[in-house]
Amino acid sequence: MAGLRAIVLTGALALTGLLTGAAPAAPLRVCADPNNLPFSNERRQGFENRIAELVGRDLHRLVVYTWAPEWRGFVRKTLGAGRCDVVLGIPASSDRVLATRPYYTSTYVFLSRRDRGLDIRSLDDPRLRRLRIGIHFVGDDYVNPPPAHALARRHIVDNVVGSSLYGNYARPNPPSDLVRAVARREVDLAIIWGPFAGYFAPRTGVPMRLEPVTPALDPPGLRFTFAIAAGVRPADTALRTAIDGALARRQADIARVLRRYGVPLVSAEQSLAAEGERSRPTPPPCVRDIPTEATCSR
Amino acid sequence: METTRHKVGVEAVLAAIRARPTHGLVTALALAALAAGCRDERGTRATTLGATPTANVAVSGRTADSTTPVQQPGAPSAGDWALPGRDWANTRYSPLNQITADNAKNLRVAWTFSTGENHGHEGTPLVVNHTMYVVTPHPNNVFAIDLANPDGPLKWSYKPPTDPAARGEACCDVVNRGAAYADGKLVFNRLDNVTVALDANTGKVLWETKLGDINTGQTMTMAPLIVNGRVFVGNSGGEMGVRGWITALDLGSGKVLWQAYNSGPDKDVLIGPRFKPFYDWLKGTDLGVKSWPPGQWQRGGGGVWGWISYDPELDRIYYGSGNPGVWNPDLRPGDNLWSTATFARDPKTGEALWAYQTTPHDEWDYDAINENIPVDLTINGKPRKALLQFGRTGFVYLYDRETGELLSAPTFQYTNWATGIDMKTGRPIEDPSKKTHQGVNVTNICPASTGAKDQQPAAFSFRTHLFYSPGTNLCMDYKATETGYIAGTPYVGAEVMMYAGPGGNRGEFFAWDPVAGKKVWGIPERFPVWTGALVTGGDVAFYGTMDGWAKAVNARTGQVLWKFKTGSGLIGNFMSYLGPDGKQYVAVYAGVGGWAGAVALGLSPSDPTAALGFVNAMKDLPKYSAPGGMVYVFALP
Repeated sequence: MAGLRAIVLTGALALTGLLTGAAPAAPLRVCADPNNLPFSNERRQGFENRIAELVGRDLHRLVVYTWAPEWRGFVRKTLGAGRCDVVLGIPASSDRVLATRPYYTSTYVFLSRRDRGLDIRSLDDPRLRRLRIGIHFVGDDYVNPPPAHALARRHIVDNVVGSSLYGNYARPNPPSDLVRAVARREVDLAIIWGPFAGYFAPRTGVPMRLEPVTPALDPPGLRFTFAIAAGVRPADTALRTAIDGALARRQADIARVLRRYGVPLVSAEQSLAAEGERSRPTPPPCVRDIPTEATCSR
Repeated sequence: METTRHKVGVEAVLAAIRARPTHGLVTALALAALAAGCRDERGTRATTLGATPTANVAVSGRTADSTTPVQQPGAPSAGDWALPGRDWANTRYSPLNQITADNAKNLRVAWTFSTGENHGHEGTPLVVNHTMYVVTPHPNNVFAIDLANPDGPLKWSYKPPTDPAARGEACCDVVNRGAAYADGKLVFNRLDNVTVALDANTGKVLWETKLGDINTGQTMTMAPLIVNGRVFVGNSGGEMGVRGWITALDLGSGKVLWQAYNSGPDKDVLIGPRFKPFYDWLKGTDLGVKSWPPGQWQRGGGGVWGWISYDPELDRIYYGSGNPGVWNPDLRPGDNLWSTATFARDPKTGEALWAYQTTPHDEWDYDAINENIPVDLTINGKPRKALLQFGRTGFVYLYDRETGELLSAPTFQYTNWATGIDMKTGRPIEDPSKKTHQGVNVTNICPASTGAKDQQPAAFSFRTHLFYSPGTNLCMDYKATETGYIAGTPYVGAEVMMYAGPGGNRGEFFAWDPVAGKKVWGIPERFPVWTGALVTGGDVAFYGTMDGWAKAVNARTGQVLWKFKTGSGLIGNFMSYLGPDGKQYVAVYAGVGGWAGAVALGLSPSDPTAALGFVNAMKDLPKYSAPGGMVYVFALP
């Protein structure tokens, strides 16, 4: 499997695209992780692969892939280096790219075996102080997923078990280790990004319970729901407009794909409500790589 | 026999030094008790040297010249440079003295050699038996250049099958810090965690030992140290949640002799009855487990990616460990031992003898991996076997290398994360307002994560008794941030932004008096000084800048004697050797990159937080330097 990420490989042309007969349109160049289900893999089995195909078909453009592990520097080394024109699965609030309209909103969830009877829904549940809690960690660049920070802020540290988000990349879909840790009772509970839980929990063969994390906005400003979009280079406004159109036209198909992959969905309204008074019209995202005159949110 | 003879030589040194009023007593390491292995190495060298003109070179008690009778255990003949720091102590002192303060202005390029690689060139070329050995950044190609032939042809070259995927794992460019030579073998580390020994004459692979898996975030970038048939190596990857270790390999076979982790239970750290740390808070059982939240030591960081030194007198190695794993300090309450610590170990068994942690519960990425240089000093009238490290923290740690007691800890750059080190307890006196927490903005922390000095090693002169060190003068802001994502997962984090510290110069090259604990002189530089230093028997010190200037400096006054603009920024370490023509040469890699030079390799200068915040401090570097790996060799006409 190590060969999977032998540097950055350019994927083969998509047969589906060839059959549309729209030859003149330039291919839609997508960067994605070759080993990260449920999002994407080299065999194009992820829901982001499916959504990319939907968008490509809608725009009559072939989808071609450049594969690279989605680690620190992914956007810089792929989109930023001109190896592709679009990446999927970017938080819509990210200012590193020009984000499209979000195509889904999901949440971090509490994941436990159903036979444990753990109905924990809140980060303030006192049981979190004694259960063994599994979370993903990033570790570098001072960053970590929100559950790590929410628990640390509550001084819940000693009973937390970290599972590397990078994991052992020689094995398939490294972040899925955390779901298996729940199934095998290595931890009592995981707090994990919804799409991982929604896809891998049914595949463990153990009945599992998923509960969205509340509060969705943990004071003073830690979010647990995220609207997810595609991202293009900041100057590629025409491409963004085109993808926005395709995402809107294919909304129903996309919803079907997301359901099939078990992605826990939160409505945009729910997500905004969670933000309470903080919710206000969002200015366009800031452009970091290329200066722009537009006022933007920082 | 040998011992007696050395003792005579040593007495002469002591007398000469005592005569100098301005400095304390400073002598080379290992006066009387030269290890047997040292004899071996020099025995070999002596034969080879027979054919070499070494007229005005003084090297050891054995050589006639009485002006610089220097013991450099582990160093080969005066004309060669076989180990990363030249000798076991890592002094980076060359006794060659043809180039002097008077004639250095005449230095010019003698020859150059393109390495064919464009990433950052750290480390140093080696010269043994009129052959120069060059190791490139990933893919870690090796070249052996025949210096005896005026055309400088390659004796051989070796292109290892280094895994291309290793490039994605390295935190701070795909650098390699060089090779080490002993007993006809050239030993180096591949980025994909393979230690390789080549036949230095033929380039044939003698053995390869795989020590880690890149798929778990581990890489190897450091230069090995070889002592008496043992090769010491360590790993990198503190940014990727790996667990740091140092490993000893058998030089003959590549077999692992022992491995010591820098976190976890005592049996893994090789802490036993012989472990006697000086300070109480470092005493106890399994502190490498207890000073972490449960289980977190398994990803405890503490890599060994800097330099290892050896002290034949006490027969121990010294090295420092890197930052603790899982960076956010809120997630790892406790001292997080044995990260950011200096260790003394028995080279035969690996047993820990003492340790000292420079930043308990590190919150600033102040790895303690910088070189530890053993020197003998007289402090307050008492002879001390000392060990000196310029810390990333901004403090100069001067230890008693026998006990691990801190003798002094003055600062050498502007430092505000701590007001000092409590000399009773050995713990830093931290400024609470400079502590980092998730969601809290902290501004103006000095030094920045780069440290007041990073891995680029200092030099020690046996003549001036001063240290010569590269320095970095950066401060940083730590700010809670917006969302990013990795592997499909949204996260929150903190941004680090670095900028010039007080004075506005981002770097400095300076001379340091270890006894007075004071800077003697300093040369401010636009960019952080990222080259290793060299000081010679001619009292000339060499360093380079990231905008590509190679500079020669009067070691006594700090006066710049000569400079030359190379084709790319300098982040390698200077060395000196004697050519077959009897001339003294000075060599260094050009090739900007590394953590500091990432911006010159294509990181966007408009993202101030890239390269862990270093890019903001280096925005203008691309105006001064472009990538390109090259060996530059300088000589007098």
